[in-house]
Amino acid sequence: MWRDASLVAGRDLRVEARSRVTINQVAPFALLVLILFAFALDPDGPVLERATPGLYWITVLFSALLAIARSAAVDEADGVRDALRLSALDPAGVFVGKALAVAAELAALEALLGLGVIILYGADPAALGLLGGTCLTATVAVASTGTLYGALVSGLRVRETLLPLLLLPVLAPVLIAATRAFEAALGGVPADGWPWCGLLAAFAVLYSVAGALAYGTLLEGS
Amino acid sequence: MEPAVHLRDAVALLGRFPALAGIDLDVRRGEIVLLRGPNGAGKTTVLRVCAGLVPVVRGVATVLGHDLRRDVRPVRRRVGLLGHATGLFDDLTVADNVTFWGRAYRAGDADIAAALDLVGLSTRLRDVPVARLSAGQRRRTSLACLLARRPELWLLDEPHAGLDHDARDLLDGLARQAVDQGATVVMSSHELERAEALADRVVELDGGMAGQTLHEVPHVA
Repeated sequence: MWRDASLVAGRDLRVEARSRVTINQVAPFALLVLILFAFALDPDGPVLERATPGLYWITVLFSALLAIARSAAVDEADGVRDALRLSALDPAGVFVGKALAVAAELAALEALLGLGVIILYGADPAALGLLGGTCLTATVAVASTGTLYGALVSGLRVRETLLPLLLLPVLAPVLIAATRAFEAALGGVPADGWPWCGLLAAFAVLYSVAGALAYGTLLEGS
Repeated sequence: MEPAVHLRDAVALLGRFPALAGIDLDVRRGEIVLLRGPNGAGKTTVLRVCAGLVPVVRGVATVLGHDLRRDVRPVRRRVGLLGHATGLFDDLTVADNVTFWGRAYRAGDADIAAALDLVGLSTRLRDVPVARLSAGQRRRTSLACLLARRPELWLLDEPHAGLDHDARDLLDGLARQAVDQGATVVMSSHELERAEALADRVVELDGGMAGQTLHEVPHVA
């Protein structure tokens, strides 16, 4: 499975490197959302400071929708799905590989957005361990859930609109938990953030396992 | 020796709709069989059934000795389908595509390099993104992907479409060479003169969706 995951992740990242969709479209979109939030909420007032964790994760989720839709689209091109079904690739490996590629893109985006909130919102990162743990678990949770739902809507004519409608409610616990953990890390009590980080880890494990088990069936059904 | 393809009263569904209604077909190992018939006769569906991509819900269906109604996975790994869709990633180069699919089929680096070489894509076009290729060059790239996996059963759906004269000759030569090495070829084509010259046997499909019949046509290659 890991060999197949590595093959698929390498392919998706190579497609991304060649097409530059994340760099040229998703990253500017994410930064634009951060800037618009800063305009909408007075950058010198306390509201923006209090809202920084939530705004950061909402921006990550919106950007993730684009990255996930793009990842799903790669396998919808011109007979690729049939070729995948005919290949000797383990469906669980395909799922893990696609989720890893999305996670790598999200990690890069989160780093960029992290710089954005430090510069634009004046955020002061303190508990780096908690911030890193939250980013890691939330990224895996979003990537695995997104890859699973991307496969679920694949092949449908309304997939572009259906994906956010299905995915955002499912990711609401991730948004809440990651925001609470960031609040604790950015000025609160870091110890209060770790239970939220644990919840994110449980969510990530649940959807990673579910995706690995269900991906083959979804590949056949789409 | 068991036939490469054995269908008896096979009924296949596309979604909830019947795509093939009770067809019989036998393909011996090591022969080239041409499926002939008008548009909508079910040629593509027969090929996709043989690849294990369209489920058979009734009747007998074995391919390369495996029962398609029980488990299609062993069949899928041993067949190669060259269809209307190319299965290529536009943003990747020719070499990237053939390498990815070659590895996905468990092919070695030598097989992948040989496949690129055989279809004439190992030099000038090797590092060109597929998005910049012509339809014929894309078809050649798909053919390289098929060659890399060394299938036992070649399923060719309109293989000559979009190819120039040289590429058609190349494809026919590779198919004949594969058969000489023990593979079996089932194909559909509207290039009848060329395809009939290549085929060992011609099978006619007619009747449309509700009840295809397959019968052999006297043929001298």
